[in-house]
Order: sequence, then structure tokens, then C-alpha cells
Amino acid sequence: MTTAVAQAPQITGRPVPGAEKEVLSQLKGAFGSKLKTAKVVRDRLVEIVIDRSDLIPVCTFLKNSLGFEHLSCVTAVDWKDHFESIYHIENYATGCMVQVNAQIPYDDPKIASLTGLWHAADFLEREMWDLMGVEYTGHPNLTRILLPEDFRFHPLRKDFAQEVDRQYITRRKLRGGK
Amino acid sequence: MPEFWINMGPQHPMTHGLWNMKVKVDGETVTDAKPEIGYLHRGYEKIMEVREFQKNVVLTDRLCYVSSITWSHAYCLAVEKMMGIETPERGQWIRVVSLELQRIASHLMWLAAYGPDLGLLTGLLWALRERELFLDLIQLMSGARMNQNYPRVGGVRNDLPENFEAMCRRSIEHFLKKVDNEYQRVFQESKVFRMRTEGVGRISAADAINWGVTGPNLRACGVNVDLRRLDPYETYEQIDFEPQVWHDGGAGDSYARFICRFNELRESCQIILQALEKMPKSGAYRVKAPRRAEGEGYAKTEDSRGEALFYVIGDGDDRPYRVKIRSPVFCTMAATPLMLRGNKLADSVAILGSVDVCVGEMDK
Repeated sequence: MTTAVAQAPQITGRPVPGAEKEVLSQLKGAFGSKLKTAKVVRDRLVEIVIDRSDLIPVCTFLKNSLGFEHLSCVTAVDWKDHFESIYHIENYATGCMVQVNAQIPYDDPKIASLTGLWHAADFLEREMWDLMGVEYTGHPNLTRILLPEDFRFHPLRKDFAQEVDRQYITRRKLRGGK
Repeated sequence: MPEFWINMGPQHPMTHGLWNMKVKVDGETVTDAKPEIGYLHRGYEKIMEVREFQKNVVLTDRLCYVSSITWSHAYCLAVEKMMGIETPERGQWIRVVSLELQRIASHLMWLAAYGPDLGLLTGLLWALRERELFLDLIQLMSGARMNQNYPRVGGVRNDLPENFEAMCRRSIEHFLKKVDNEYQRVFQESKVFRMRTEGVGRISAADAINWGVTGPNLRACGVNVDLRRLDPYETYEQIDFEPQVWHDGGAGDSYARFICRFNELRESCQIILQALEKMPKSGAYRVKAPRRAEGEGYAKTEDSRGEALFYVIGDGDDRPYRVKIRSPVFCTMAATPLMLRGNKLADSVAILGSVDVCVGEMDK
């Protein structure tokens, strides 16, 4: 699994212009209607929105067929009515980044783990489970990483107690003052 | 003798901060390791949700006290991407200068810490002595030696002072002389130093990529990835520089990591000199940023320790809805067991020191 990147193209350290359009058309060709949204945001950035059930096929395709070898970041977002698990995956040969937004229903915060594809997902998913409470099924060691082990909450959720008052200067400004 | 676990940390001279490396040893050979982190978790991502976009710069400064400007800059860049504004050209050049000054200061701090790890106390004194030069330059530029609060959403806080360019050139000239004569001899050409670092803590390029190792640690494996080149931000596109990649055999060991960082010191100096040359001598250095923003923005930059990624979501309010910080050290830490396994316990200090750990950004 770790060493299966033998066929990777040469990493020259320079961006390849137009790579994002190529990636987008490949993704559209392979998955078609499964992509809820697919667009080029800016140079070297493609954004796709999928359902959580398509995560593993999409990511496997990205890694094994398109050469996206580097899982940069895993973000979980609490949208109050649903969760979103966002993956930033990068291709070192072209400098192109794909942002995969996988949607998760609020009452069942579970999504497949990517540790089988990228070992980098190990710590990143643990952190997101720790702070946001999204369960990554199939993760070998889904335990608290930043917070104490006996902590009972997932603090980045929007319903977790938070310092709601802004700093007073801004509050005054918001009420129409200067 | 059965295998057993040793706690290297949380309070151990090797850790450079507060974290714990549990090491399983069989005799003197490390068979497994397990990093334990989170001692310095301050909940930044949560705190940032109740502060306005601009005020968060103060927080991101403190993500890594050694490398404040690079972190604040990454955050500002992400927010600018979300707001759809762009820094004026002079502002971008000033940012490049400040980023590279900060990178040198950060690498020198690492060098100062890595020297004593290997019993080279001279390294500590020399590197900190030269770091003062760069802290002075940063102070001249921003008014503070550390936690500068210098980048702004939309530019930088203030213009460069009048005598900055001359001071900068003088310091860099002095510093380059020191690097070539003194540092080179006491580190790179020292036989003891090379014996301690060569061949220990090896990690293959494929493993490093798969585990998310970035920055100088990845370039030491021979992978030519420098985000200043691969995904250029600010005005790095117009600068002619060479990413420091290890090309020879024996890639991915502690010595290669040292060499990549050490050569980056020189390269950063060249970038600063070029930036001072190409920078427009006057003009706007900041644009006004809107108070409220909606949408999402991400920016990834080449931090001193690797790929720093900020992902900011705004919901139309004057504060972010969600901020995600991707810390390079956090991901590198996951790969340290690979580097440690099979080495002697005494070498673990030489390995972990070469990774350049900064706990502040790791634990957020």
C-alpha cells in the first residue's frame, strides 16, 4: 500500500498549467452524476461535492489513477443540519489540489476512513474525531489525540458551550455605532 | 531481556517543548515508538470562531512562536482568498521579505536546538547570536522581536522603514560570511557531527509522501516539492531561487534533513536580496479588507517546517464560521515511528531533533 506509487510521473517541482481542467474532466468521466458539484475554483484547485458513500471510490481513483499522492488535510465542518468531511488532496507532479467535500447526515456522523489509502489520514482523522465527533469507520485506532482521554465532548461542534459574546467594541459597532 | 516502553518526555531535554515520545526498546534498539501529543492544546480553532477576521492574526502569531509571520501570513492569505481581495504589489514584496527573514530566524532557532542535542554547545551560542541579527531586522520592520502581528488581511501593517534596505544588506552579508566560514566547519565538516547524523532516522520517499511529511523533511528524501515553486503565492514566481533538495545517495536521514535546512539559510538570504532589488520603491502596501465575508478560502504556504494550510469558511458574519489549521509538524509526528524503528535509543535524539518539532503549532 505504501510503496504502490512506482508509476508516479516525475516530480519536477514546477506546476503544470491546465492540470486542473484535465483532472476535472477525468473525474466527470469516471463518476458523472455521482458528483453533486464539480468545478474549477481557481488555478490548481478543483472542488467536488459527493455523498459519503462515494468517498472511497473517488479517493481510490484520485490516488491510483490520477497520481494524487499527498493527503494534505482532513477537515470536518458542522453545518448544524449536516456534517461535512473535507479532504484536501494534492498531486505533487502537477501542483494541483482537489478538495473533496463528503456530506454526512447529522444524526449518523460516520464516514469511511481513508487510512487504507494514505497513512497520513491516521492522525488527521483522529484529530477530527476528537474535536468534531465524526466517526471514521475502519480507522485502526480512533482515540483522542489532542484532548484528554476522559474528555466527554467534541468541542468544535456548534452546540458545544462557547464564548458567545464578541468583544464589546465590535458589539457596539454592530448596533450601529462607529 | 523483554522489551519495554520508555517515556522520552514530556519533560526531557530532547523534546523541545511539551510532548512525549514513548519508545519501545529491545536492549538498546528501538522497536516501536508512539508519539503522545496534546499537552499544549489551546483550542485555537474554536477560539478563532468568536474573534473577527483581523483579530485572529494575533492568535495565529502564537501558533508557533519561532515562526510567527509565516503562520499569520498563511491565515491572512486564506482569508484574502475567501474575500476575493489581493494585496498590492509592494505589500506582496514586503511579505516575501518578512517571510524569508522569519524563515531564517526559525531555522537558526532549530540549529541552536539541534547543536546541544548532539553535544555541540557552540552551535547553540553561535546560532542564537546570528538569530539576533534577524530578530533585529524583524523588529525594525514590525516593531517586535517575536509575535509580531505584522501581516494584515489585505497587506502588511506598516511600510518598511527608510533605512531597512541598507541594514538588511549589511546583516545578510555578515551572516553569509559566518555561514560559509564558521557554521559550515562546526556542523557540516565536523566528523563527529556527521557520524552522529549520517544514516540514522532514514525514511523512504514513498513512505514520507504517504505519511504526509512535508517541507525540508520531504525534500531531504529527494522529492522536489517546494510550495513556493509548486504553488506560487505572493511574488515568489518572479524570484529565481533553487529549492533545496537532497540529490545524493543516503536520502532521508538526519544528515540530509540537516543539509536541506542549512542550505535554505543561504537560499533565503538570496531571496531577500532579490526581493529588495525587485521591489517597487513606493506604493500601496495594504488594501482595505471588507468586514464581513461569505464563502470559503484555503491557502497553503511553505512554512519553515513544511506545508501550512489554512481553510477558512465564512458565513456572512464578521468572524469565521470554521477555521482549520493544517500543521506540518502534526503530520510529520505521525511518521516519526518509521524514522525511529531499528535505530539505537541514543540516536533517537539525533533523529527527533532533525525533524524540527514546534509543539505550539502541532497541538494548536
